[in-house]
Amino acid sequence: MSLQVDITHRLGEFALEVRFEAPTGITALFGRSGTGKTTVVNAVAGLLAPQAGRILLDGETLLDTARGIDLPAHRRRLGYVFQDGRLFPHLSVRRNLTFGQRFAPAGDGPDLDEVCALLGIADLLERRPQALSGGEKQRIAIGRALLSRPRMLLMDEPLAALDSARKAEILPYLERLRDRTEIPMLYVSHSVAEVARLATTVVVLDGGRAVRAGPAERVLSDPAMVRQIGLREAGAVLPARIARHHADGLTELAISGGRLFLPRMETPPGAQTRVRILAHDVILSRAAPEGLSALNILPVRIIALREGSGPGVIVQMQCGEDRLLARITRRSAEAMALKPDDAIHAVIKSVSVSRTDVGTG
Amino acid sequence: MTGWLGPEEWQAVALSLKVAAWATALSLPPGILVAYALARWRFRGKQVLNALVLLPLILPPVVTGWVLLLGFGRNGPIGGWLEAQFGLVLAFRWTGAVLAAAIMAFPLMVRAIRQGIEAVDPRLEEAAATLGAPRLAVFATVTLPLILPGLITGAVLAFAKAMGEFGATITFVSSIPGQTQTLSTAMFTLLQVPGGEGPALRLAAISVVIAVGALLVSELLARRAARRVAGA
Repeated sequence: MSLQVDITHRLGEFALEVRFEAPTGITALFGRSGTGKTTVVNAVAGLLAPQAGRILLDGETLLDTARGIDLPAHRRRLGYVFQDGRLFPHLSVRRNLTFGQRFAPAGDGPDLDEVCALLGIADLLERRPQALSGGEKQRIAIGRALLSRPRMLLMDEPLAALDSARKAEILPYLERLRDRTEIPMLYVSHSVAEVARLATTVVVLDGGRAVRAGPAERVLSDPAMVRQIGLREAGAVLPARIARHHADGLTELAISGGRLFLPRMETPPGAQTRVRILAHDVILSRAAPEGLSALNILPVRIIALREGSGPGVIVQMQCGEDRLLARITRRSAEAMALKPDDAIHAVIKSVSVSRTDVGTG
Repeated sequence: MTGWLGPEEWQAVALSLKVAAWATALSLPPGILVAYALARWRFRGKQVLNALVLLPLILPPVVTGWVLLLGFGRNGPIGGWLEAQFGLVLAFRWTGAVLAAAIMAFPLMVRAIRQGIEAVDPRLEEAAATLGAPRLAVFATVTLPLILPGLITGAVLAFAKAMGEFGATITFVSSIPGQTQTLSTAMFTLLQVPGGEGPALRLAAISVVIAVGALLVSELLARRAARRVAGA
């Protein structure tokens, strides 16, 4: 299952020229607001006709302006979860959920009970959309899209309208969706935290162009993407395995370049997860540090140093098979005489972990 | 009761109700279509269509009636064709009163429905399309239920207007007792003869009761529909 997009669309001053491929899993369309993310998703959904281009899903042409093909939205069979939910106000939650079923071709797909169990919405069925919280509305919207038996799910900032508590409520459901269903997803977001937690592939949009695309770990750890990601959010995403739980309340995670110790996690040993280490949470040291309270110290090798316009330098490092990013001052970089190929130590102040098993992520 | 109003007056009341009901029912489908086109579609000549729909509201009703007579009279191009093809005669028949009332009521109906459609978030219709619903299904399952309050208001306004239509009706179909004499034209005729004030007053009272009744029923229905839509 793969989606190929190659479209050109001009809207006044703004020119969109996007080309990328989304393989199985969650592909995140990442970029700041105004970079054309929603325009791309709307074009894929068939809600907007781009001036030129082609969109193929699994080899089937959804759009080909050169050949005059533009499949209408209702025949594309792509489930769309909008930022604002867009539940039908005149229908109960149950009838909202089953709305797409009567138009879907017969075949397998999750039924109402399965979707309710997956999203935890069984108790809401007889309610009216107006009586739901923002987080509940989004879960119903996801369920409604799933029950229309889509070939792919499109999500346009499904969490952006929610506060952080509601976001935390929905993210596990999205992770479950990714891990338990076969449906590929195109996920629009401007939040690095969301992308780092969910995406298998990342496409970075900037100024109406896809400037970078690839596996999430690679793209998010690319120092060249720091400008698009934002200095405060820049960091590395690494696959990790839960190694064991220690008696003192720490959980040991194995990454390709060593071990990390984190506060106790509920995930059982052996599970795969993903850790995110922000560049400003990494301290560099030439000598192996001693007498330091930090638990997580990894031996690394410098790949490259990248200077920005400010006083900072982004250091990209090899850590086993993965990459780490550190943001340090230029003064420190000069004082330590850092250069590519140096073997140094990275002291990690803080690590964030996705809560569930990411499977093959 | 028959002593209270003469048989001719009762006929006028019955005919008015019949004409207004037919005029409302027949103009609803084209009314919805035109309102939808004006609210949602972008096409050439949209302003012309809009002006054409509003025209009966601005023109002197006698002019509208006369235009109808010219076009739909037995010697008119459309009237002649209708008679030759279907044996349908409109001029000086109750069917013609239906046409006149429908045309005079059309602008009010379209305006109310158009406002209802414009209040519906088109993004809900987009959402329905992404769920696999073809255009007509989107209209039937999303748009129509959501515009129901506007639809009811439009229908009642049209009904009330059709009940009271006078100028175009009397020009196009005259006021033939038992055939084309409606409440309004009957009242007018009664007022032209000495001693007609009594029955005219009673007809006036009946038309007030019908109008107020229709308004109350529509308020009730529209409020119930709005509550259903808002889901409160």
